[in-house]
Amino acid sequence: MKNEFLENRLNINRRHFLGKMTAGIGSVALGSLLVPDLFKGSGDDSDALPLGIPHFAPKAKRVIYLFQNGAPSQYESFEYKPMLNKMAGEELPASIRMGQRLTGMTANQAKFPLVGSHFKFAQYGQSGMWMSELFPNIANIADDLCMIKTMNTEAINHDPALTFMQTGAQQGNRPSMGAWASYGLGSENKNLPAFSVLLSRGKGNGQGVYSKLWTNGFLDSTHQGVVFSSGEEPILYLNDPAGTDRSARRKMLDNLSELNNMAYDDFGDPEIKAKVQQYEMAYRMQTAVPELTDLSKEPDHIIKMYGPECLVPGTFAANCLLARKLSEAGVRFVQLYHQGWDQHGNMVGEMPLQAKDTDRASAALITDLKQRGLLDETLVIWGGEFGRTNYSQGTATKDNYGRDHHPRAYCTFMAGGGVKPGTVYGETDDFGYNIVRDPVHINDFHATVMHLMGLNHEKLTYKHLGRRYRLTDVAGKVIPGLIA
Amino acid sequence: MKIFSSAKSYLLKNRLLIGIVVALACVTTACFLNRGNASAASVPDEVDYNYHIRPILSDRCFKCHGPDANKREADLRLDTEAAAYAALKDNPKLHAIVPGDLDNSAVWLRITTKDTAELMPPVESNLKLTEHEIALIEKWIKQGAKYKPHWAFIAPTTPKLPEVSDEAWPKNEIDRFTLAKMDENGLSPNEEADKERLLKRVALDITGLPPSFELQERFLKDKSENAYEKVVDELLKSKHYGEKMALPWLDAARYADSHGYQDDGLRTMWPWRDWVIHAFNQNYGYDKFVTWQLAGDLLVKQQGKKADDPAAKEMMLATGFNRNHKITQEGGVIDEEYRIEYVTDRTNTYGKTFLALTYECAKCHDHKYDPILQKDYYSAFAFFNQVPEKGLFGTIDANFADPPNMKITTKDVKDILKFVNKTDTAAVLVMVMQDKDTLRPTHILNRGNYDQLGDVVTANMPNFILPFNPKKYPQNRLGLAQWMLDPKNPLTARVFVNRVWQEFFGRGIVKTVGDFGMQGELPSHPQLLDWLAVDFRTHGWDIKRLVKQIVLSATYRQSSVITKEHLSKDPENVFLARAPRMRLPAELVRDLVLASSGLLNPEIGGPSVKTYQPKGLWESATSGRGILKTYVQDHGDSLYRRGMYVFIKRTVPPPNMLIFDASNRDQCEVKRSRTNTPLQALLMLNDPTVLESARVLAEKLTLEKSSVDDKISKAFRQIVCRQAKPKELDVIRKYFDEEKTALAKAPQKATKLLSVGEAPQARIPDRPSVAALMQTILMVYNLEEVIMK
Repeated sequence: MKNEFLENRLNINRRHFLGKMTAGIGSVALGSLLVPDLFKGSGDDSDALPLGIPHFAPKAKRVIYLFQNGAPSQYESFEYKPMLNKMAGEELPASIRMGQRLTGMTANQAKFPLVGSHFKFAQYGQSGMWMSELFPNIANIADDLCMIKTMNTEAINHDPALTFMQTGAQQGNRPSMGAWASYGLGSENKNLPAFSVLLSRGKGNGQGVYSKLWTNGFLDSTHQGVVFSSGEEPILYLNDPAGTDRSARRKMLDNLSELNNMAYDDFGDPEIKAKVQQYEMAYRMQTAVPELTDLSKEPDHIIKMYGPECLVPGTFAANCLLARKLSEAGVRFVQLYHQGWDQHGNMVGEMPLQAKDTDRASAALITDLKQRGLLDETLVIWGGEFGRTNYSQGTATKDNYGRDHHPRAYCTFMAGGGVKPGTVYGETDDFGYNIVRDPVHINDFHATVMHLMGLNHEKLTYKHLGRRYRLTDVAGKVIPGLIA
Repeated sequence: MKIFSSAKSYLLKNRLLIGIVVALACVTTACFLNRGNASAASVPDEVDYNYHIRPILSDRCFKCHGPDANKREADLRLDTEAAAYAALKDNPKLHAIVPGDLDNSAVWLRITTKDTAELMPPVESNLKLTEHEIALIEKWIKQGAKYKPHWAFIAPTTPKLPEVSDEAWPKNEIDRFTLAKMDENGLSPNEEADKERLLKRVALDITGLPPSFELQERFLKDKSENAYEKVVDELLKSKHYGEKMALPWLDAARYADSHGYQDDGLRTMWPWRDWVIHAFNQNYGYDKFVTWQLAGDLLVKQQGKKADDPAAKEMMLATGFNRNHKITQEGGVIDEEYRIEYVTDRTNTYGKTFLALTYECAKCHDHKYDPILQKDYYSAFAFFNQVPEKGLFGTIDANFADPPNMKITTKDVKDILKFVNKTDTAAVLVMVMQDKDTLRPTHILNRGNYDQLGDVVTANMPNFILPFNPKKYPQNRLGLAQWMLDPKNPLTARVFVNRVWQEFFGRGIVKTVGDFGMQGELPSHPQLLDWLAVDFRTHGWDIKRLVKQIVLSATYRQSSVITKEHLSKDPENVFLARAPRMRLPAELVRDLVLASSGLLNPEIGGPSVKTYQPKGLWESATSGRGILKTYVQDHGDSLYRRGMYVFIKRTVPPPNMLIFDASNRDQCEVKRSRTNTPLQALLMLNDPTVLESARVLAEKLTLEKSSVDDKISKAFRQIVCRQAKPKELDVIRKYFDEEKTALAKAPQKATKLLSVGEAPQARIPDRPSVAALMQTILMVYNLEEVIMK
């Protein structure tokens, strides 16, 4: 009882503390961009401590989410369904479809001809996981993966589905997963945002990304994802203007803080002191961030592992390598979005290109983390916003076909961070259409990821407009079968 | 602080650090003051239901024992007196509450039991009552457990002006209320702010722009008694008043320049935005302002106006308010799913903007805290469900304004809609409201799902606010507006007055400006709120008059100096014994920089502009469709327009705005957060707009025949809006000299510095001097005080 009481106090205090940061007195930016010095006892330089107090011991200290934007087809990647090849061209049985609603793109289609994978499958690793030939590198690390076959959602279009996947709701300006992590746990690195976002684009049909996917929603805007761009300026407005060098900047800041301190003497407003600190942090970020985002000094064996593309800024491979560096430096939640997975047509042409862009670097990231001893405490997630249909959109020819959106079952895999390696979780029917065992709804998925991060999804709440909001809204349960 | 000491030992035991504990201690102190006068650490002599008990019951109990019948546990509700006093359904010998009798009140027994299986709230709810809250409930039951209706649902009446300790201080009625509160809480008001700072504050608050150099001079020299009032009148006449007032309205109306979902194509709602500015400048009464926006189209019909009637066109344009929601262009969506989404957005926006009620919470089930039933939600929904529209009208760029829409031609702009800043010859289409000829039936949607139709409902509003009498009001949006403006409506005037107050004081009298319901905060000055609301309504809903009352009050005119006493007694400044010190909103940060440098283009309205923006932002996020897939920056004068005209592409909002907490315009927003982050520091130091402003001002001052000290003083005064102190000037001058020396040694750096921005460079041979002055001005722009008011 007593412990519960204390736990509750701590939770309330933490929530209050974080919730009050902007309005609070002498507050400094916290969460995504906090100053952990405030929270650290002097002289302690052991492992960086999270700002927030986890509800229990976390397995994953950090998350890297390799979001495959557009919805990669499960049938050409990780879901082996030979029945579809056998029955190719036959109509999807109504007993399987069971009234599933269809998107406007195939709703008027007269026939729903089944179509099997054009690409070969084989089993890999001790676990004997089935993988398509398009993902040879991921296949090689099958025993590190926890493959979920039964992810499911209610959304059937990209915008609501992506929004659901990232914020726990199809509509509405709710905080993204990374923002919740930032809110709940804060930052591990005083010079970097707790929630960082990296964008890349593949060669397939794409659907765009939106800043609401990394929004802070109703949380304080310090929890908003900070986009790292591939250009010369990794974070917006980071670079000193032309004609200014570090020492000139330093001199300006020194004079500036002298003047600001005079204002403090006049007004006594602790916000002034906080502002001076923010300028100092900005100055530190200007050094720390470019050092971190400079991939040119990575050793050869790393470049080899991720592939030569990792030296081309803005590619998925470069972003994977950058994600590792950011994560290693203590960024709580690194979110990648790789666009181009929307194969309504030309599956045979586009799928290999998309796979080629992502396969090697995804596997390299997991291997790299493992070699550094970081995989145990870093959760890597790979997947899209829904699955694709087992029937062809438009006519399937001998050489090509397309697949429409399918919300009832799709694949996502995780690695490290306390998940069960070498595991296949859940099962769909022979058509891959319906789940027959162990569904993982998005709310469950979120609950599980938060659990791995040491957060109870029912307890991490934020009161907004009179209601306590959670990432998992009113549902979600932790899936023990995914946890090591 | 017992809790705190045990927390400390817990933390230490768990090897967490002292720093956290210290930080929590500061916060805990602040928490107690959070609810204003509601929760002093000791239990008050008389416990009040509205102020002390209902917030606890609502937050911890109503979720299961409140208005939502479907989720009610043990068939017990505690939100009404009758139900709480009645015999328990599952044990008729017991009563939840027996007034004056703790031992027979089940509520008391269940919140104090040691048996965790019996304890309320249940352990698994993660909700708890504090010792202080339990003590409050104890005393309340002992004192007779009196219920009172929720304050916000009783129509306001003019309260008596309170007695105050100092009759000389109040300048108008507002001050009597604030001073009485200060008296109660052992605080006394600050001195009046000095003239320079007061002028900066009032100019920014009324026009959103800093006072010009000329105005500063004039005001300082004017020693007359009513010098301040004269300035206020002058500012209220400025055409920039409408822009400043429009800004929070655009947040509430979720105004943007793109459609918002996925492909996020261009839309042309800006003429509606121009109308909002116009309406404020013309000082339309709030009644007219609201009626036109909600029901301009119906008013045209009712008054039998022809479509080409000038007033009809303006009324139609005003209805764009309800079409500012996001609209999808994603191929393959289910039409009805999105049409319902738009109606939902309108309903939620209506609830929040006009009634400060969280209507959206009743979309899928009865409201958990407020007496809004799911049926009520869809009854309100019915008003907005009659638009002849589609969920998916067309693909991107097929149309910038889905029907129903109105066409604004060059002739319209010349003759009628003169305030619409349309400069090219092409007609512009604006989305407006219209009702179908035959009413679309409105169903309750089970669990809020578009395809799960429940009972049919008709347009109506809940009785607990004010019965919607169909004999009195037509059952359409016009009736809805009339119902809102009925003198007996308890919410309309309070809600608007409270939001205007927030603009000037940084927080509303009700802090939760979007929630006047059970879970909202209680008003810090309930009588002041009621006085203002009634006064506003009975004086023709006159917005300018309200603004003038506020800025002429002694409360507003105080200095913002914060003393140790303030910090200990009222850190959040609930009782207003000082003026608030607040950072400017994002748009005004930009305005201040441009205005003080002389670069500002003061043009009003027109299509939004694309100013300097870091490269690649739109391109890296686009689906590749539509004319907004690439960012095509504007040039010339357009680069120097005010912040409110910066183009808002919803999926990639302008970063310089977002970094300073501007709304992403995704949904109705009535309160922005105010953060202080290193990204803001980076923006102020490195954004080309700030750098260019520093450069242009430096060039201008260099060309003036004056001493270096004069140039620095003048720059300081234009930017900070006050004269610099000698010790400040010393630091700045020293910095200038050092920069000049350094840049003289490296003239190529000076050249690079001066190359920023598209404004033409002045021909000045001594580049190091100009560059040094530019750096100096940049430093001044970065003073904390600059973007504070």
